[in-house]
Amino acid sequence: MTDAPLIPEEETPKAQHPFMEAWGMFRRNHAAVVALAVLLVICFVAIFGPWLYPTDPFEMVWAPFSPPGENGFLLGTDYLGRDLLAMIINGAKVSLLIGLAAALVSIFIGVTIGALAGFYRGLVEEILMRITEFFQVLPTLLFSMVIVALFGASLPMITLAIGIVSWTAVARITRSEFLRIRELEYVMAARASGVQNARLMFGVILPNALPPIIVQSALMVGSAILFEAGLSFLGLTDPNVVSWGQIIGSNRQYILDASYTVTIPGLAIFVTVLAISLVGDGLNDALNPKLRSR
Amino acid sequence: MNILRILVTRVFYAAVLLTAVLVLNFSLMHLAPGDVADTISQSMGGADQELLDQIRADYGLDQHFVVQLGRYIGNVLTFDLGFSFFYNQPVTQLILERLPATLLLVISAQLVALIVGVVLGVISAQKPNGIASHFVTFLALFGYSAPVFWTGILLLIAFSLQIQWFPVAGMRDVTIEGGFWVKAVDVAQHLVLPMITLASVFFALYSRLARAAMMEVLGSDYVRTAKAKGLRERTVVYKHALKNALSPVITLAGLQFSAVISGAVLVEAVFSWPGLGTLAFQSIIARDTPTILGILFFSALVVIVGNLLTDLALRLVDPRVGGKK
Repeated sequence: MTDAPLIPEEETPKAQHPFMEAWGMFRRNHAAVVALAVLLVICFVAIFGPWLYPTDPFEMVWAPFSPPGENGFLLGTDYLGRDLLAMIINGAKVSLLIGLAAALVSIFIGVTIGALAGFYRGLVEEILMRITEFFQVLPTLLFSMVIVALFGASLPMITLAIGIVSWTAVARITRSEFLRIRELEYVMAARASGVQNARLMFGVILPNALPPIIVQSALMVGSAILFEAGLSFLGLTDPNVVSWGQIIGSNRQYILDASYTVTIPGLAIFVTVLAISLVGDGLNDALNPKLRSR
Repeated sequence: MNILRILVTRVFYAAVLLTAVLVLNFSLMHLAPGDVADTISQSMGGADQELLDQIRADYGLDQHFVVQLGRYIGNVLTFDLGFSFFYNQPVTQLILERLPATLLLVISAQLVALIVGVVLGVISAQKPNGIASHFVTFLALFGYSAPVFWTGILLLIAFSLQIQWFPVAGMRDVTIEGGFWVKAVDVAQHLVLPMITLASVFFALYSRLARAAMMEVLGSDYVRTAKAKGLRERTVVYKHALKNALSPVITLAGLQFSAVISGAVLVEAVFSWPGLGTLAFQSIIARDTPTILGILFFSALVVIVGNLLTDLALRLVDPRVGGKK
């Protein structure tokens, strides 16, 4: 008898940490990696930009419509002679913040409703899915416009107004994942060993339902940013902060004289949302088990 | 018989949904600070308490919330959505005047998005690595990520200001005299840019799905059979395969009506299109409660009718739908 192991050590495949495995899949999607880098730069600008470029976005610094690159203003000035670069930098914070917060609100609502519907089935499911359908019928932008106009255009209210109308997709995905997972054996086992319903839902099933919810959440951040841009384009925004949509909305009468005041902030929104949806694609590659075998 | 029964249940269900829309919106308006009397007194430059009470009594605002809600729903059943003090017109009339413009924009944009999306999707499914396929991917990314109002302004700058192919704003040129066709051509010219702008968001969605569905169908056995018995490629693709690839796309299109209306609000704002979106925006700013409620009601109605029509269209295209229920 020898004590030597049956299998030589170097041949056992080392178990990879799930995060590293996902990162490995994500890294294969080159567009997603570039997009992630772009997104990190945008986040950096949003957080540290106002500190690195301290020009006040509300202050009139030059004559109106100074073209980009002239008079020392990289992106020129808008119709009130404000520094467009300072406005874009300060607007990044608002766009990202509202996008993230509104997505969180809708994920919270959507996951809760979807989880309850998929877990309890029966009457609960029926009622919750009818409510979901009701919110799908509601004309989302009009409804948010009304909420913001009636209850005040503060940033929390805008966040709430966006989140409250955009959770239906998350609810549907969560529900269908719950319907699938609740029948699996390990859930049965947990149930048989006396795990409480709440822990079963959020401790056992939810972690396994997360991958498609995470992918959808990434897309939601993008659409929330677009949504906020639409509201602030229409002027339904907090007048004390700068946001990208609002720059476009307030400058759009002057596109004949200075189209850059509209094209540049629009480009900022476009690049940000594009980066987010490409990262979402990459997350899909990394987290979707169906694609993993390919 | 079967279709009729489904239709009846669907209509009943739609009525329940619409009532829920009414209740929710009415309650929201009630919860919000300030009421019609405040707005009227503001527009008059202020009023004393006696006059405010008088206005509230005139509009029935002094009664209990449930009474007001019941009366409002009762009125809606007789197509009376109240009176807009801001426009000095009955709300129903006001909305019906603006509805055709929005319907024209929304339906034409949906159709263009569907047709172009499906055609591009089919072409790119046949050659997954061809130019059309890359074009679809690019356009899909653009459609997902570009704010629709920005796309509209870019098109406006390019095609109305730089090269003056299309009019800048509005729906018709009032100086143009002539018969029906002259006016129709004028409206069509005004429609092109708003329609393309709105369609750009959705045809990205449809082309992507059409490509995926088509690729799946093209790999199936019955398509191979059709090819094997010597049918022409074009017949196989457009007569045999397309029919089956269409239904997921139509289902998706039906789910998009609410989003299309949201997009239409922004597109109308960019092109000064005289539809419901512009009316909604103006009445929200003016705090014209009856008009806002009416518009929310009508847009929910449009979405529901759109869903219903989609369902019927789906049954026409795909006989398997509804067979199980």
